[in-house]
Amino acid sequence: MRESRRVLHHPVIDYKRGKEVTIFFDGEPIKAFEGESLAAAIYAAGINVFGTTLKYGRPRGPFCMVGKCGSCMIEVDGEVVRSCITPVREGMKVKRIKGLPKLTKSHDLRPGKVGKIETDVLVVGAGPAGMGAAEVLASEGLNVLLVDDQIRLGGQLIKQTHIFFGSEELFAGKRGFRIAEEYEKKLRKIKNIQIMLKTTALGAFKEGVMLANEEGTYLVKAKYILLSTGAFENYLLFENNDLPGVMGAGGAQTLMNLYGVLPGKEILVVGSGNVGLIITYQLLQAGARVKAIIEAAPQIGGWLVHAAKVRRYGVPIITKHTVVAAEGKERVRAAVIAEVDERWEPIKGTEKRIACDTLLLAVGLTPNTELVRQFGVETKYVPELGGLVPVRNEYLETNVPNIFVAGDVVGVEEATTAFIEGWIAAYSILIKELGPQPRLVSEREKYVRMLKEYRSSPASERVRRGWKYAEIPEGE
Amino acid sequence: MMVERSNTLSLERRTGVIPIQKLRELGYVPSGDRLRRGAVAIFECIEPIPCNVCVFACPFKAVEMSKITDLPKVDFSKCTGCALCVAQCPGQAIRVVDLSGEEGSASVILQYDLTKPPIKGDSVALLNEYGEEIGVGEVELTYKHKRSEAYVIKVKVPKELALTTRGIRVKGE
Repeated sequence: MRESRRVLHHPVIDYKRGKEVTIFFDGEPIKAFEGESLAAAIYAAGINVFGTTLKYGRPRGPFCMVGKCGSCMIEVDGEVVRSCITPVREGMKVKRIKGLPKLTKSHDLRPGKVGKIETDVLVVGAGPAGMGAAEVLASEGLNVLLVDDQIRLGGQLIKQTHIFFGSEELFAGKRGFRIAEEYEKKLRKIKNIQIMLKTTALGAFKEGVMLANEEGTYLVKAKYILLSTGAFENYLLFENNDLPGVMGAGGAQTLMNLYGVLPGKEILVVGSGNVGLIITYQLLQAGARVKAIIEAAPQIGGWLVHAAKVRRYGVPIITKHTVVAAEGKERVRAAVIAEVDERWEPIKGTEKRIACDTLLLAVGLTPNTELVRQFGVETKYVPELGGLVPVRNEYLETNVPNIFVAGDVVGVEEATTAFIEGWIAAYSILIKELGPQPRLVSEREKYVRMLKEYRSSPASERVRRGWKYAEIPEGE
Repeated sequence: MMVERSNTLSLERRTGVIPIQKLRELGYVPSGDRLRRGAVAIFECIEPIPCNVCVFACPFKAVEMSKITDLPKVDFSKCTGCALCVAQCPGQAIRVVDLSGEEGSASVILQYDLTKPPIKGDSVALLNEYGEEIGVGEVELTYKHKRSEAYVIKVKVPKELALTTRGIRVKGE
């Protein structure tokens, strides 16, 4: 009998599990809850292998949990789906995919509903930057269409159980998921904001921006566009890095903080930036054991308060080490780590084996610039900001007139700075649309100053340096 | 990163362990006299990150910062040890120590949200900055703070462990 991975008690989150339903995995009944994703339900039942690869038959399990990686593909009632973004239904018949799947009815390429939407501002991405901007824009009377490909508003905020840093006006002292809940309530009450979830912005065309969701496709004509598309998690190269049990930190957060399912019992976290440190604490809260955090650099990457917090609960942080291999057949059973030299190369003979069932990768994020680039926005490679980023001015307008950017897509940072950037971009749009009214200009200046103040910490030195490279010089 | 250019990395930068000497250097540990006179906050906020939760949490204006990226400056003559800052610090980097009691016991007030909170009368393991168990304490009071949704736990500890207790472990967790 496999062991359930359900979290039964959490000190902060009250999992609102829906009605109990039964699904069938390769014929075997599995308990699930309405409202949760199929991947979470299967994983909760202790199942590791969701499928095998076509060519080499290598096992696959969930990795990203937000519909981006395709590692959790599975067959449901004869149809192939990404199980992490498929809600469970009573009586679902689920199978591992063997060989090539059959084409089914929903793969029929009928266009479905075709719609046209006209709006003042299209905001793509409803994380902190997009939500913050939408509220400001709508409060000044503009019509806003807020689009996100996930099932809920809030971006990464919905998984953040820790108390936020910052100042009082910026929600500090509250938990991240509460901030998302409050914003969602607020935005849903505002009439001139139209929200479209589970909707993808496919790209820009001469006629407008094309969106698609399960119901159909929509052509959006907007005077202004704000792209707040966030960032995606980086991967790490090592032997067997595709084994089930190797998971992204964000995927693990989704599993445990949204669905109340433990990613594993004995965990090795790779990366000591704030994401790695915070997820370690969240894992302890959910009842897992974190064997260690390893970090390739000679020092801890994230804030020391986060590091001290996990150290105080007995989690060692091992610097100058990287993971060189994962071991196991259908699931991680151990990780092999090694010391690295000054060039971050593993030193032969220093390998150590750490028994664990999960390897969580928290090795940074890369701005999600696909859509930005497709719009013709100029990008620059700025490693301090996480990779390719859109070139923009201080007010977050790009080289393409009326296209603005905000949040992690302009440089990987944090939720608080994303909110501020969203507000700056919103005021920039308002100033363009309504003219440079002193009130709007002074609001924008307030947030520009606030952002500068936030980044004046030595901990933001890299970000400050990066911004210099990414900004369009004044007067150009 | 601020330490990239320095040759010797501090213990806290390498391991996450913040030794008491570091807190003394930064002026976070009150004098022996102040400690004996009553409850007072001890901060462990050693890096100038953009955060001033403690400043707005304090009803007595005992914590000062001229800008959000400053380290907090604590005025021990204003601090009453009320623990409102303890309840809201996002870094769990403040505790209140009370050494004014008679005989051999003292109390420490900490923020806690790791597991189901211990309640009055429960015995908990006391942890140092390495997470090592250094003794046993008894919970005197537990309450939940509304904004942060964190628990504040007051623990009776042996006097000699009051300054070294950085965390608690709930038995059976």
